[in-house]
Amino acid sequence: MAPAIELEDVGRAYGERTALAGVTLALEPGRTLAVFGANGAGKTTLLRILATLLKPHAGRARVLGRDLPEDGWAVRGRIGLLAHDPLLYRELSARENLRFHARLHGVEEARVEALLDQVGLLARGDEPVRTLSRGMAQRVAICRCSLHEPELLLLDEPLANLDPGAAEAVAPLIGRDAGPARVVISHDVAHGLDEADVVLGLRKGRAAIVAARGDVTEADVRGLYAA
Amino acid sequence: MSTVGALVRKDLRLELRTRESVPSMFLFSLSTFVLFRFGLDRETLSGDLASGVLWVTLLFAAVLGMNRLFVAEREEGGFDAFLLAPVDRTALFVAKAAVLFGFLVAVEIAAIPAFAVLLLGPSPLQALPELLPVLLLADAGIAIIGTLVGALAIQTRARDLIVPLISLPLVLPVVIAAGHATAPLFAEAGAEALPGRWLGVLGLYDLVFGLLALAVFDFLLED
Repeated sequence: MAPAIELEDVGRAYGERTALAGVTLALEPGRTLAVFGANGAGKTTLLRILATLLKPHAGRARVLGRDLPEDGWAVRGRIGLLAHDPLLYRELSARENLRFHARLHGVEEARVEALLDQVGLLARGDEPVRTLSRGMAQRVAICRCSLHEPELLLLDEPLANLDPGAAEAVAPLIGRDAGPARVVISHDVAHGLDEADVVLGLRKGRAAIVAARGDVTEADVRGLYAA
Repeated sequence: MSTVGALVRKDLRLELRTRESVPSMFLFSLSTFVLFRFGLDRETLSGDLASGVLWVTLLFAAVLGMNRLFVAEREEGGFDAFLLAPVDRTALFVAKAAVLFGFLVAVEIAAIPAFAVLLLGPSPLQALPELLPVLLLADAGIAIIGTLVGALAIQTRARDLIVPLISLPLVLPVVIAAGHATAPLFAEAGAEALPGRWLGVLGLYDLVFGLLALAVFDFLLED
């Protein structure tokens, strides 16, 4: 089976500013890549390249066995993105948002109800997203990104704003044992390392750490955040 | 088509909840008619002048709708979510153009009677059957250009400037053709025959720009 992710010297710039450069790594299906780095280190840029939303300007990127950006169309429906923003329409209810995305992904509406039930929002599913707390909106966003049972989950701080109960409720959808390969951006070093199979540490857009979990210490990762 | 349907239903639901586009477009039209009434110091208009006032007003009102067309997609991440779905991207163009077309029709249902009461000398009722195809063809052209320009402008910080600066020159042929087609319908002595060639111009414009927009829209969504 092809690796879920293969990157070779991948780079990306915004005008004159280099956001990402020389990132090389591979991630096997079902494994977790934990991405660490200070603000502006290039984590979100990497996530958006993997999600096919940004084109790499250098190097070679393959996701789920397909070359990006050429074959981006072939992998879009197989990726689940939980971005920093929830990607939900604030005036629509959780149920309306999820039904809309279910139609785009060709998913049965019954799955929407099952997911709302799973994350404990069945009773509040008809309330506009703008009236939900951040944690609740995050739960809806997690439903959205796992609605179509993706093979690759791209998660930007997935547990942000979630209480321990909610974090437990979403674990079967986006947790380590959920099944899909995962790329997880986290600022919680200890928890991020606990979940990781492979660790990527970014500093100013460059890969300062690329290693298997066993070869990286917490101190190594904390060093990325040092001034 | 199911993707287009889902996108249209979503946009109509958002408009019903927020009421950001259609009411503001209508109120703008109404205010403009009042301004023309006092600015021209005329109680009634007919012929070329009536036609020109109607189309310029509707066009400026349409610009308000174009500006708002992609705001929810940009501000609430709809673009990213849509781009991650395994669907044809031109569905977004078709859906947005259909929504803008619907907004224009809704505005006209209220604005044209208001125009008739506030400014128009001859009764528009007699000319209504002939006015309808002009309105629909012109709305289609404005919706096509508005969707294309709205998608282009939403990627920039100067959205409010870009939309009128690009869309107004592009829809000039629509205003010219619709103005010429409508003028005889508003004649002082009663509605005259609809000049068919201007309907042809509107139809050709819609066809050419519709195909062009379908061809380039995908690129506007690319990184």
